[in-house]
Amino acid sequence: MPDPVKLTIDGKAVEAAPGTLVIEAAKCVGINIPSFCYYEGLSLQAACRMCLVEVEKAPKLMAACTLPVAEGMVVRTETPVVAEARKYTLEFLLTNHPLDCPVCDKGGECELQDMVFRYGAGESRFVENKIHVEEKQWSPVVFYDGPRCILCFRCVRICNEGMGVGALGIVNRGAVSEIAPNHGDHLECDECGMCIDICPVGALTSGTYRYKTRPWEMEHVGAICTHCSNGCKTTLGVRNGKIIRGNNHDRSGINGEFLCIKGRYGFDFTSHPERLQSPQMRVNGKLEPVSWSIALAAVAKKFGAALASDGRIGVIGSTHTSNEENHYLQKFARGVLRTNNIDHHRSGDVVTLLDALSGTTGSLASTADLYESKAVLVAGADLSSEQPFLAFQIRGNYRHHQAHVYVVTENEVREDGIAAESVRIARGGELEGIRSLAERLKTESELAIVFGDSVKGEAVRDLVAFGSSLGIPVKYVALVDYSNSRGALDMGLVPELLPGYQPSNRPGMTIGEMLDSDSLDVLWVVGANPLKASALRAADAFVVVQEMFLTETAQRADVVLPAASAYEKTGTVTNVCGEVQRLSAGPSTMGAKPDLEIIGLIAREMGQAAAAGPWAPDKVFAEIRATVKGYDVPMPVISAGGAAHTTPVNGRIPVESRPDLIHSSRDTLFTSGTLGRYSRMLGSVMEGRRR
Amino acid sequence: MTFSPQLEAKFAKLLGSYPPGRQRSAMIPMLMFAQDEIGQVTQELVEEVASRIGCTPLQVEEVLTYYSMLHKKPLGKYHVQICTNISCMLTGGTELWEHACGKLHIGHREVAPDGLFSLEEVECIGACSWAPAVQVNYDFHHQVTPEKLDQLLAGLRSANAV
Ligand code: SF4
Ligand code: SF4
Ligand code: SF4
Ligand code: FES
Ligand code: FES
Repeated sequence: MPDPVKLTIDGKAVEAAPGTLVIEAAKCVGINIPSFCYYEGLSLQAACRMCLVEVEKAPKLMAACTLPVAEGMVVRTETPVVAEARKYTLEFLLTNHPLDCPVCDKGGECELQDMVFRYGAGESRFVENKIHVEEKQWSPVVFYDGPRCILCFRCVRICNEGMGVGALGIVNRGAVSEIAPNHGDHLECDECGMCIDICPVGALTSGTYRYKTRPWEMEHVGAICTHCSNGCKTTLGVRNGKIIRGNNHDRSGINGEFLCIKGRYGFDFTSHPERLQSPQMRVNGKLEPVSWSIALAAVAKKFGAALASDGRIGVIGSTHTSNEENHYLQKFARGVLRTNNIDHHRSGDVVTLLDALSGTTGSLASTADLYESKAVLVAGADLSSEQPFLAFQIRGNYRHHQAHVYVVTENEVREDGIAAESVRIARGGELEGIRSLAERLKTESELAIVFGDSVKGEAVRDLVAFGSSLGIPVKYVALVDYSNSRGALDMGLVPELLPGYQPSNRPGMTIGEMLDSDSLDVLWVVGANPLKASALRAADAFVVVQEMFLTETAQRADVVLPAASAYEKTGTVTNVCGEVQRLSAGPSTMGAKPDLEIIGLIAREMGQAAAAGPWAPDKVFAEIRATVKGYDVPMPVISAGGAAHTTPVNGRIPVESRPDLIHSSRDTLFTSGTLGRYSRMLGSVMEGRRR
Repeated sequence: MTFSPQLEAKFAKLLGSYPPGRQRSAMIPMLMFAQDEIGQVTQELVEEVASRIGCTPLQVEEVLTYYSMLHKKPLGKYHVQICTNISCMLTGGTELWEHACGKLHIGHREVAPDGLFSLEEVECIGACSWAPAVQVNYDFHHQVTPEKLDQLLAGLRSANAV
C-alpha cells in the first residue's frame, strides 16, 4: 500500500490513497460534492461543471470529479464563489430545459430539480425561445425527451461500459446535441433500462413506469428478482397493492445498480389478467372455481386415501419458491406422505461439483468474487444472455481491475470482446478447450471458473482436477437456471438427497420416472410446469397443482390452488453462487396464498399439522439454519437485506451422479421459462421476438 | 462498398498510419476523402467506414453529425461557403451572404435545383487577412465583393456548360 495522501476538505483532515478523486475523498468525510456527469464506476467525463470546488493556490475553480488528491491540498466545497459557479452552471443547464417539473415523470427524484432547489438559479437571464424537439420512443422500454437531457453522458457510458452494448451515442453539437439510439429511430439492445435508471433527469423514461405515479406515492419494497438464478435485488415500487416499478437506484444488494429487463420490468406477470385468484376443482371433467375449504378438503382426502392404501405419490417442487417452502415441502413429502418421490427441474451439476470439492474450503465463488478475481473463465454459457448479472460482474472486473477473462464456448459471445483468449468448441467439449488454456492459466494468481450445463458428471470432476493441477487458488460456479434452483437442491427437492446434500437411504422417483409411471396415484406439483414438454402416463393419477397461472400442468390438474408470487411473500432464496437473501412481500393478489401457507393448510386439513411443523417463514428458516448444512448464516446480514454466502457440505456426497437429468432451459434476456410468457414487457420487445 | 483504386490506396495508407488497435483515428479523413468521391456521406458509407475501423455505425454518426464539413445530404457540384464571422462581417460578409442567397434562390445548406451550386454560411475559415472570404469546394477566394461573386459563379456555370 502506498502512503496515503493527506489533504483538507472543508477544514476536515482527510487521508486518501494516491489517485483518489477529490469527489470520492470528500465522501469519506461525509461531504457530498454535487455532480451530474460523475458516476462512480464509470469512466470520467467532466462534462457538466457541477462539481467545481475551490482549491487553495489553484488559479481557478477545479472539477472535483477528475481532480486527484495531492499532498497538502486544501479544498473548499461550499464557498460563495463555488455556490455562484454552481448557480451559473444550473442557469446554463436550464437554458433549453423545460420548466414543467410538475408534469415531468422525474419530478420528486430529479437531480437537476434538487440542485436548482439547493443553489437557486431561480431567475434566468435568457430570454430566447427554448429549443424544443418532440419526445421519441425508441422501444417499448425506452423513451427519450431531448429538451430535458443535460448531456451528462451517463446513459451512453453505462450502456457502453456497464452493459457492453454500446447502443447509445450523442449526435450533433452545441445546443442541438442529443442522445441517439443505435438504429436511427429505434433501439436494438438488451432493453435493460440501465440508461433510464441512471439518467439524473427526466430525459429517459420507461414505458412501464412513466406517468403512472409520483415516487413518493409508492411504497418501496426490497425484493429479489424471481427470474434467473443470479439473485439481483430489485426495489419494487408498490402502489395500491400493485407493482408499478422495479429498479435498484439505491445500489443496494449484491447487484449494485444492475438489473436486466427481467428484474426491472418483468414483474408485470404479477398483475397479468390470467392470474389465478381462486382454487379450481375438476367437476364433471371441467375445472371450476371452488372455495379454499372445498379444494383443501378434496386434496387432504386424496392424500389421506393414497397414504392409507399405500399408493404411489409423486411430488414435483419449484425452482422459484422460497427455501422455506422447499424445505417444508420435502419435509411434508418425506415425513407425512412417507415418500422420497420428490424432484425438481435440475439445470446444473452442483451436486458433482460439491462432491468433487469435498475437503477443500473457499472453493465456491460468490458474485463478488467474479468482480474481484484476477482471472475468470467462462465455459459453456452465453453469460450476457443467460446469466446477465454474472456477466455484468465480469465486465466490471475487466474494466476496474483489468481481470483476465477466458471464454470457452460454442458460439461467439459478448465476453469475447473483453477476453484475453476465446476458444470455440462444440458443446460438451468445453473441458478440452479449457485444457488448451492450461499454460496461460498457470500464470494467473487466482481463477474463478463459471460453467454451464454442458459441463456435468465426470466432466465436472475432471474440471476440478484440472483446477487443482494449476497450482493456484480456483473457485467455481455451477450455473443453474432460476431464482431458487440452487435452493431447491440445497433443500433436498431431490429423490436421492435430503436437505444439505445428505443421502437418502431409500431414493425415490425422479420427475421422469414419476411422469412415466403407470401406477402413480397422486401427483402434487408446486410451482412447476413439467407437463409443458412431457405427458403424464398415469391417466387416473389425481393431480394437485399450486400455480399462478393455468399452465399446461395446471390444465391437467384435478385441483388447482392459486399461489402467490415471489414478490408477494416473505422467505429466503439462494442464488446461483449460494448466496441467501430475503424476500419481502410487496403487493398482494387477492385469492392467492404463498405456497408455504398452502402446504401448511393441507397438512392441517389432513390432521398432520403437528407432524409437518409450523409453517411461518421465520420458524421454517430457523429450522433450516439449525439443520441444513451451510445455512447457519448470520441473521443480522439476512434481516438487513444483505446476502449471506452459504457453504454447503464439505464432504463426499455418496449418490450416483445423474448428468442425464441435468438440462438448462438456456433462457435468454427475454425469456423466463413458463413465467416469462406472462410478462407483457418481455413479450413486447423486438429483440425477444426475434430469438 | 467499392471505391476508386486511388481512394482505396488512401484508405490503406491511413489505416497503416496509426498503431494497431487505433484504426478508428482514421475515421475523419476517411469520411472526408470518401465524401469527396461520392458527394455525400451515405448510410452505406457510415457502415463501411465503421466496419473498416472497428467501431459501431453509431460512433461514426456521432462524429459525422458533430463536424459541419461532413454532409449527409448531397451538395451541389460547387459548394459555396461564405464566411460571416467577425472579420468578414466587418468587411461586408453578411451582405455578400445575402447577395448569394438572392442570386441562387437558396439558403443555408441548400442545393440549387440544377445541382450545380449549394450554399453554406460558415464560421471563420482562417482567411481573415483577406476578408471577406469565400471557399468553393477546396478553393479560397479573397476580398470578395458581390460583383466578384457574380463573376465567380458565372465562370463556374459556363465552365460547367462546356
Ligand atoms: S436499455 Fe440497456 S442496452 Fe438498451 S440502450 Fe439502455 S442501457 Fe443500453
Ligand atoms: S439522457 Fe439522461 S443520462 Fe443520458 S445524457 Fe441526457 S441527461 Fe444524461
Ligand atoms: S440478472 Fe437474473 S436475477 Fe438479475 S435482474 Fe436479470 S433475471 Fe433477475
Ligand atoms: S461532475 Fe465534475 S464535471 Fe460533471
Ligand atoms: S472571419 Fe471570415 S475568414 Fe476569419
